[in-house]
Amino acid sequence: METFVTIILILDAMLRNATPLIFAAMAGMFSERSGIVNIALEGKILISAFAGAATAFVTGSPWMGLLAGILATIVFAQLHAFATVTHNGDHVVSGLAINILAAGLTAALGNYWFGQGGNTPNLVNRAEELNARFQPITLPLADWANQNIPYLGYIYFELISGHYVLVYLAFAAVPLCWFILFRTRFGLRLRAVGENPQAVDTAGISVTKIRYAALLMCGILVGFSGVYLAVALTAQFSPNMSAGKGYMALAALIFGKWRPRPTLIACLLFGFLQAIADRSQGAEVFGMAVPVQLVEALPYILTVVLLGGFIGRAVAPKAIGKPYVKERE
Amino acid sequence: MTAQTTDLALELRGIDKRFGAVHANKSIDLRVPKGTIHGIVGENGAGKSTLMSIIYGFYEADQGEILIDGKPIQIKDSKSAIAAGIGMVHQHFMLIQNFTAVENVILGAEDGAVINESIGRATKELKHLEKEYGLNVPLHQPVEELAVGYQQRIEILKALYRNAKILILDEPTGVLTPQESEHLFKVLKTLKDQGTTVILITHKLREIMAVTDNVSVMRRGEMVAHVKTSETSREDLAELMVGRKVLLRVEKGESNPQDVKLSVDHVSLTDDAGVQRLKDISFQVRAGEIVGIAGVSGNGQSELIEALAGIRNINEGEINLNGQKVTAKHNLSPEQVRHAGVGHIPEDRHRMGLINSFSAYEAFVLGYHRKPEYSGAFLVKRDHIIKDCQAKMERWDVRPPDPFLRTANFSGGNQQKLVIAREIEQGPDVLLIGQPTRGVDIGAIESIHKRILEMRDAGKAILLVSVELDEIRSLADRILVMFDGIIVGEVPADKADEKTLGLMMANIVPEEIKALQAEGHA
Amino acid sequence: MSQERIPVWITVVVIPITNVLLAAIAAGFIFWFLNINPLDALRAMVYGAFGSSYGWGYTLYYMTTYIFTGLAVAVAFKCGMFNIGGEGQAYIGALGVGLVCLWLGGKVPFLVLLPISIMAAAVFGALWALIPAWLQAYRGSHIVITTIMFNFIAASLMNYVLINHLKPEGRMSVESAQFHPDAWIPKVHDVLGAMGIQMGYSPLNLSIVFALLVAFAVWVFLWRTRWGYEIRAVGSNPSAAKYGGIHLPKVIILTMLVAGALAGFLALNVVQGEAHQIKLNLVNQMGFTGIAVALMGRNHPFGIVLAALLFGFLTQGGSELQFEYSVDARIVVVLQGLVILFSGALQYMMKHPIEKAYLRLHHRFGRKPGTDKTAEA
Repeated sequence: METFVTIILILDAMLRNATPLIFAAMAGMFSERSGIVNIALEGKILISAFAGAATAFVTGSPWMGLLAGILATIVFAQLHAFATVTHNGDHVVSGLAINILAAGLTAALGNYWFGQGGNTPNLVNRAEELNARFQPITLPLADWANQNIPYLGYIYFELISGHYVLVYLAFAAVPLCWFILFRTRFGLRLRAVGENPQAVDTAGISVTKIRYAALLMCGILVGFSGVYLAVALTAQFSPNMSAGKGYMALAALIFGKWRPRPTLIACLLFGFLQAIADRSQGAEVFGMAVPVQLVEALPYILTVVLLGGFIGRAVAPKAIGKPYVKERE
Repeated sequence: MTAQTTDLALELRGIDKRFGAVHANKSIDLRVPKGTIHGIVGENGAGKSTLMSIIYGFYEADQGEILIDGKPIQIKDSKSAIAAGIGMVHQHFMLIQNFTAVENVILGAEDGAVINESIGRATKELKHLEKEYGLNVPLHQPVEELAVGYQQRIEILKALYRNAKILILDEPTGVLTPQESEHLFKVLKTLKDQGTTVILITHKLREIMAVTDNVSVMRRGEMVAHVKTSETSREDLAELMVGRKVLLRVEKGESNPQDVKLSVDHVSLTDDAGVQRLKDISFQVRAGEIVGIAGVSGNGQSELIEALAGIRNINEGEINLNGQKVTAKHNLSPEQVRHAGVGHIPEDRHRMGLINSFSAYEAFVLGYHRKPEYSGAFLVKRDHIIKDCQAKMERWDVRPPDPFLRTANFSGGNQQKLVIAREIEQGPDVLLIGQPTRGVDIGAIESIHKRILEMRDAGKAILLVSVELDEIRSLADRILVMFDGIIVGEVPADKADEKTLGLMMANIVPEEIKALQAEGHA
Repeated sequence: MSQERIPVWITVVVIPITNVLLAAIAAGFIFWFLNINPLDALRAMVYGAFGSSYGWGYTLYYMTTYIFTGLAVAVAFKCGMFNIGGEGQAYIGALGVGLVCLWLGGKVPFLVLLPISIMAAAVFGALWALIPAWLQAYRGSHIVITTIMFNFIAASLMNYVLINHLKPEGRMSVESAQFHPDAWIPKVHDVLGAMGIQMGYSPLNLSIVFALLVAFAVWVFLWRTRWGYEIRAVGSNPSAAKYGGIHLPKVIILTMLVAGALAGFLALNVVQGEAHQIKLNLVNQMGFTGIAVALMGRNHPFGIVLAALLFGFLTQGGSELQFEYSVDARIVVVLQGLVILFSGALQYMMKHPIEKAYLRLHHRFGRKPGTDKTAEA
């Protein structure tokens, strides 16, 4: 029973860890599928975490925080579009600029507004009757099931029930993104732009509009990611709290070969590895001690191995990272 | 051509387009009657593709008017061209490789926000079109898995699905097998019978004669003739296409061929995309002679010269480069080729010959920068290189003779002199020369031609590739004509008039030449 | 291709300065928003960075670091690659320096140890760049993504080594033992003090001399050796390089090894010169700042030294702001971000307007532009 509980608890943590990755990876998918390299996910997570936490604190409502977080990332996503699409700027440089700006701005503004070394105040404060954090959702019959049905009841209670609404939204977002990308006109055009913008242009569609729209979607989705970190998982913003999650989401996206379901699986795998790393001082495989740091680094190592073409081939959208210039020189 | 304006599907008046210094289209007029197949012929670079891109709204003309069905319209992007009933099959297909045929067809012409319905309707419509025109393609397979013939049909289907009344095809048979071409022509005739107007751009005269009703000929950005196909011949068109140009006379004595320095024996080459570029090529070049390779560009000349220079690897056959053997298993690197005493003046000096951000003296040692003469154990021998460069610049009359000037800032002729001087001054026994005077002004052409002849008289074996027939005729001692990766035939310089070469460039060998060749083999 | 040519000073001076000014204006707005008079802030920053020998010391100390990381980016740029891995390469370089100092410190004289620690910094940094370089050269894996991944792998690796092997028994914080003082690179204020010149305490150490030498050496390497020749050829025109018999994969790997070594040198300044121990997260984004430095310095060692000074000023001056205005020290990061945004991502935004304006002015007032340097045959 103890092993069973441990496994369920690890899986439960996996879901929590995977949630921000899923949102960010889906966001990255919209961007990269349209041909825009997006290493700015990291910065955008930070921006939405900050905007979300600050707004939630001021308004007392996590939902207002969510709205603010999304609006803030939309602004930065459109800045990325302005640099890369309108001015043909280097996608990587633009992404870096956003990451660095985000790290600095959130800390500086946070300190200016709240004077707590860049942190926002805690979103839950009994003395002032403030509770601006998302609350876990207990699904119907969860307690009853836990007490009356062995094993399955506990799975339902611990693993399925009791998550923040954003966790459920993340899992709902994957089929939704799949539908948008693969079953709608917008998705068709977006994927086409990432493969062959000239063909899209000759089909009478504006490449620029599609790419701006793609980054709008990216902004919306990555907004959820940051807000989840600051307004649900922890109840405050602290500088640099994204801690590489944006890059890990990018790795998951590549690992998932830019497709929704494999990307979801990659996010879950990376979340799982994180859960193991968090629980223990390492693991044992075939009698060999595996240091916890190796478990932590595994997502990145796996991605490099994949990029090297050693386990299948990750074929990026063909036009990725190339500015689309129509008139010949 | 006396058609009334109202009978015209498309009319162009005074279309003019410049790209920087290049005047791609000079005041073009064109009248295409409804329900006809209209051919546009011209050499590569004559401005055909630019003109069609203007009609399709991909470029905007600087001046001029476009009329569809007699009414002037503004075509500012592809969207308005499509709306005006124009469809285009580009030379490089505008397909999304990982989409299916149906997805490609509906892209930009979807019925609603969700694509399921569009896919259903398109599938039905495509099956209908397939029956009507014989345009069958696998509808639900990713395009990248389909043969090029199918891909082209998808392009045609795209246009028909959008109700195109005018269909433009840019060099449609360049990538097709003869059978696929035949099928395409059948389709085009059916389209014409159903009332579609077809514009066919090509440099293959046989096709023009086979399917078109009228032909317009372009040369160097100008429209030089409009004729009825039934009233012309391949010979006439070849002459019109190439044009009677003033032959630049270069004093040229008899050649004095010596030993074979370069021999190519049954060489074939397939490129990375899997297209066979060279098919069983054989020839020899002797010391003291210039062998010219003529042909419309894109028929394997570039691949041949790059294979000889060690830049591309051959798949079959054997090359003997000044005593060094090259086979599919044993390819030489460009450095080894230079070491064997082979100099290479590349066709495209901007892509290969020079590095724009480099100073002249740096560009002057490209390919030779490791020679002990120029590079010590750690440092390059910069002073020596500069002095050497200075001397050679003066010898070759490169202006300005400034070794520190960036190569990008020299004029075209002087850039070319830089490249030629670099290669020749290293004293190679064999010279591979591609398009030596492309983008070079007249004065420089003459001096470059003189230098090449001097090299011949000095006993070098020279292989010259050029699309300029004048150049080939005034320099080469023997001329090989290439078409579609094969060598069509060989012509001695004195028998090489424009008409003969023009025909051979379109893969037609005149009887006289055949007889000559038979004699040669006997 | 524009027929009318734009003179070099427009491209090299006017446009970069305009971009920096735009960044400064944007920064001004942010300061104004934070209730700080931008001009006062500038004054405070200048005083904080240059107003005392202490301020100078810090500014130059940061400059030293930025020279190394900026060069690490620039060398790769010259070969057409984007090395985002300076962060990880420097971190692993620190491991090399640390191991040498821990093992040899106090056992051999400083002058024997120093060359070994320099070698270690270079070799460890270079090795960390080797795998991404090899993957780029032979497998076509994009170096931007692989170097990002290697930054994280380096962080995990260092975490492991520090906790499991280098952390002295019983110490709480994750860091190695202090090096023996004999291994320390002398501080500049000590050296000057010995010569009778007074200077306030600062972390500035003799690494700065090495940094300047390295900058010069990189210039020689890129512009005076055949390896540099090949690197620049590959970076500006790979087809021409191939035509010239240059083996592209070899050059790519060589370039990245040099870049990694340069990033590794950061450890001499930060670890052997100042901290005297390996600490967690010691690189602290300075590898990323190197990208801004390289962009600003137009990938030329001379420009990089100047840009490194600018960023040293921003870093030191910015941290002074925190005392003056109790603004967060990370305001510096905002300034860096703005510089990367305007000088990098938006570098073409002002290019066309400025070039057009120049041509119009020149047409109206001057000779026909572009005829002076272009020779017609």
